Amino acid sequence: MRRKRLLPTALHRLAILAYIAFALFPLYWLLKVSVTPNDLLYSEGVRLWPSHMTLDHFAFVLKHSDFPRFFQNSLIVSGSTAAIVTALASTSGYALSRFEFRAKYLIVALMLLTQMFPLVMLVAPIFKMLTPLKLTNSLAGLTLVYVAFNVPFATFLMQSFFDGIPKDLEEAAMIDGATRFKAFRQIILPLTLPGIAATLGFVFTAAWSELLFSLMLISGNQSATFPVGLLSFVSKFSVDFGQMMAAGVLALIPACLFFLLIQRYLVQGLTAGAVKG
Amino acid sequence: MSALAPDPRFVSQAPGPGQRSPFLRRLAHASEPWLYSAPALILIVAVMLVPLVLGISYAFRDVRLLNPFSGGYVGLQHFHELARDKAFWGALKNTLWWTGASVFLQFFLGLFLALLLDKPFYGRGIAQALCFLPWAVPSFLSGLNWAWLFNPVVGPLPHWMVSLGLMSQPENILSDPTLAMWGPIIANVWWGIPFFAITLLAALQSIPRDLYEAAAIDGAGGVQRFFSITLPFLAPTIAITVLLRTVWISNFADLIVVMTSGGPANRTQIVASYIFTQAFKKLDFGYASAVALVLLVLLLAYSMLIVLLRQSLLKKG
Amino acid sequence: MASIGISGVRKSYAQFPVLHGVDLEIADGEFVVLVGPSGCGKSTLLRMIAGLEDITEGDISIAGTRVNDLDPKDRDIAMVFQSYALYPHMNVAGNMSYSLRLRRTAKDKIAGIVTAAARKLGLDPLMERRPRALSGGQRQRVAMGRAIVRQPKAFLFDEPLSNLDARLREQMRGEIKKLHQDLGATSIYVTHDQIEAMTLADRIVAMNAGLIQQVGTPLELYDRPANLFVAGFIGSPGMNVLTGRYEGQTADIARLVLDHGPAIPLGRAYPLTDGTPVSLGIRPEHLELSPAGGAGLAARIELVEPTGFGTILHLVTPGTSSIALKGFTLDRAAAGASREVSLGFPPERLHLFVEEKRVEPAS
Repeated sequence: MRRKRLLPTALHRLAILAYIAFALFPLYWLLKVSVTPNDLLYSEGVRLWPSHMTLDHFAFVLKHSDFPRFFQNSLIVSGSTAAIVTALASTSGYALSRFEFRAKYLIVALMLLTQMFPLVMLVAPIFKMLTPLKLTNSLAGLTLVYVAFNVPFATFLMQSFFDGIPKDLEEAAMIDGATRFKAFRQIILPLTLPGIAATLGFVFTAAWSELLFSLMLISGNQSATFPVGLLSFVSKFSVDFGQMMAAGVLALIPACLFFLLIQRYLVQGLTAGAVKG
Repeated sequence: MSALAPDPRFVSQAPGPGQRSPFLRRLAHASEPWLYSAPALILIVAVMLVPLVLGISYAFRDVRLLNPFSGGYVGLQHFHELARDKAFWGALKNTLWWTGASVFLQFFLGLFLALLLDKPFYGRGIAQALCFLPWAVPSFLSGLNWAWLFNPVVGPLPHWMVSLGLMSQPENILSDPTLAMWGPIIANVWWGIPFFAITLLAALQSIPRDLYEAAAIDGAGGVQRFFSITLPFLAPTIAITVLLRTVWISNFADLIVVMTSGGPANRTQIVASYIFTQAFKKLDFGYASAVALVLLVLLLAYSMLIVLLRQSLLKKG
Repeated sequence: MASIGISGVRKSYAQFPVLHGVDLEIADGEFVVLVGPSGCGKSTLLRMIAGLEDITEGDISIAGTRVNDLDPKDRDIAMVFQSYALYPHMNVAGNMSYSLRLRRTAKDKIAGIVTAAARKLGLDPLMERRPRALSGGQRQRVAMGRAIVRQPKAFLFDEPLSNLDARLREQMRGEIKKLHQDLGATSIYVTHDQIEAMTLADRIVAMNAGLIQQVGTPLELYDRPANLFVAGFIGSPGMNVLTGRYEGQTADIARLVLDHGPAIPLGRAYPLTDGTPVSLGIRPEHLELSPAGGAGLAARIELVEPTGFGTILHLVTPGTSSIALKGFTLDRAAAGASREVSLGFPPERLHLFVEEKRVEPAS
């Protein structure tokens, strides 16, 4: 019996190791090139690790480029998007979870619709709408757009967290003498903290990754976000691979931090957008 | 009794705290869900629905950013142009190819990964985190990352393909018209497998374990158990995620914009990236919106299918 | 403390009626139990009193004030939930004092009230614990403590014991009864467990299908069930019901002719015409067992279920149209499987129902 199981077990572990190698290899290569000195980059070719390492690329990117500002801009946009979206989604998700009202299915349908249609078709009209409001080339304008884009998904996600909290609790609070809003604030929200953290993580990651609208709405270095800055850097200095990849590694850091934060909630988050509603 | 008149039964007794007329109470009661959902709804309407309608109107107007005299209605002119636009028809074909190959590979590899991670083993937690890590990588970065891997100057892939005899000399497949589409597809598969794996893993783990035990006692082998228990249980999740993901991927232009900008010679242009190029590079908002409207109609037809399916599944569950 | 009035109360969920007009007066300090099978509307009625459900039609008043349009927080009632609904992020003291804090009661006063309530319920050593760290019985006590600190006008209990195991349930039942004796608070208690209803209630309200079936003291419901539903619901094992036709206009000849078999003498005349279809009820513990060959109905013991205290007997009458009955006896010796016996129906223990409703003998 034991011997018969040995082969499948070995194959299973091997398959998992192979997949992990596939999953990590591109990131590994990013890191490798970012610490490879320029002269070795061409002479050593496809070696798996350079014969000696350097942090020059990182130093250059941090000291002599606009990347710190891009990083800061992205942080501001993604952070405020995450905070605002989570605040809005916690009330709207609560409404979907707790109230039965006629228009509820209309709202759900509207929110599902926004998950379906090609957002890229909004690029032109949003640009036209934001121009007279002086919201193009502004972090506030970009935040506004990101907030709207992320609210539907975040609402479904928060709804799934509220659904997991028994209705009895706010009923007990209402009998104890709280208004519904007070029960929501004092009883339900504190219990949803993990859900709030997960929603913050999801929305931050989404805003941090967004490319097309920031390309369209932002021009110039002053308010460029990280993706815009990195792409313009790539098109301008397309031979400074070490610096580009060092910048790439920097862009990866917040994403990985948030991945750690939300890893436990990945399942709930990814299914909220798809099946719940 | 008029709804606004005070209720006599009420007034005769000393009103307690919070006592309101029935009409006001009913109004407050009915408006409560709206108060909670209004901020989100207003934003969605203002920043998504209004531009959507505006965008649809652009499809019938001449809107070019660099031409201050544009803005007039041109009727179906954009659509006539569209019908003759080879790049558009190419993009439509590429969209099918891009979406089909990406979804197919993401799904089967994702299912395989989910099955691998389903059973407990030593170190599963860390293995799972590592396997799902690509999902956290920002899409623009995974695009750049793969573009660099395909680049013979810094990337190992062309050299490896030469050693394997797949290529005569190290070249960038992204600049080879016949192979270029594989670049974004591979990046997309790498990036998207975790999505399927996570969703399917969740579904797998919700299958009651005693079903497998019962089947094993009834004499079903591993393969039989997979087809008679696992697959039927996964079917609803598979159907919905595959359908939704198809829509999502066909709209997903980031990787292509980053890796190839649709080139070489529009060989990797999909409809979504074509719309973006028209709007962003040529600043022809009218034509971009016309293309977008066609894409919207195609996706709408496809989405109706999903809505129907979702409803029938909800009824069952 | 207050009285509660319910008049003409109806409830429907989007055209689907759940309660079809309920009238009930509950006196100050009374312990009333709403009992019935699941889906009978008892919980809905309780939640309407609490203000958690809208009243479709009719009025509910507490202490003489109509409360239809008051929010739960303004009704001054306390409720113990089936799930206990303890706030997981607050400790026991926090749970118990929440309602007082909402009312901005002075801190030292809160401390005094909470300590007193905790002592009464034996919770003093647990005050710093979170609900997660409590056992089922302790959680139950905290839920009660949360209710009593406020001295509300009325206590509402929604199946508060159904999540406990049998032993603990019995113990908490006693504690609830004792608490009610101490506080004398008006209480409405919802349960589907007829033993809880019998043991706790001053008055039982038996409900079925959105209607009140009978209101009375526990023994009234047991001794004189108003209809077949109450007869079947109260008492365990349930009442035996035989169907047949009534015959005979005087006490000595009045009898029930069973549908397919012998007749059972009723010993008393009823105001019914001959041939009226009736149901005859007799509780298992009232069936008289005597050795086979006696005057009663011949039957055979098919199965015995010893409960320790007594023995439940499954009885069948012989013949093609046999009837199944249940008996209950304290006499272990009499309870042997496949023994032939003769069943006696003592007239003062019989319940007659015509079209589901109770019929009293002619006086």
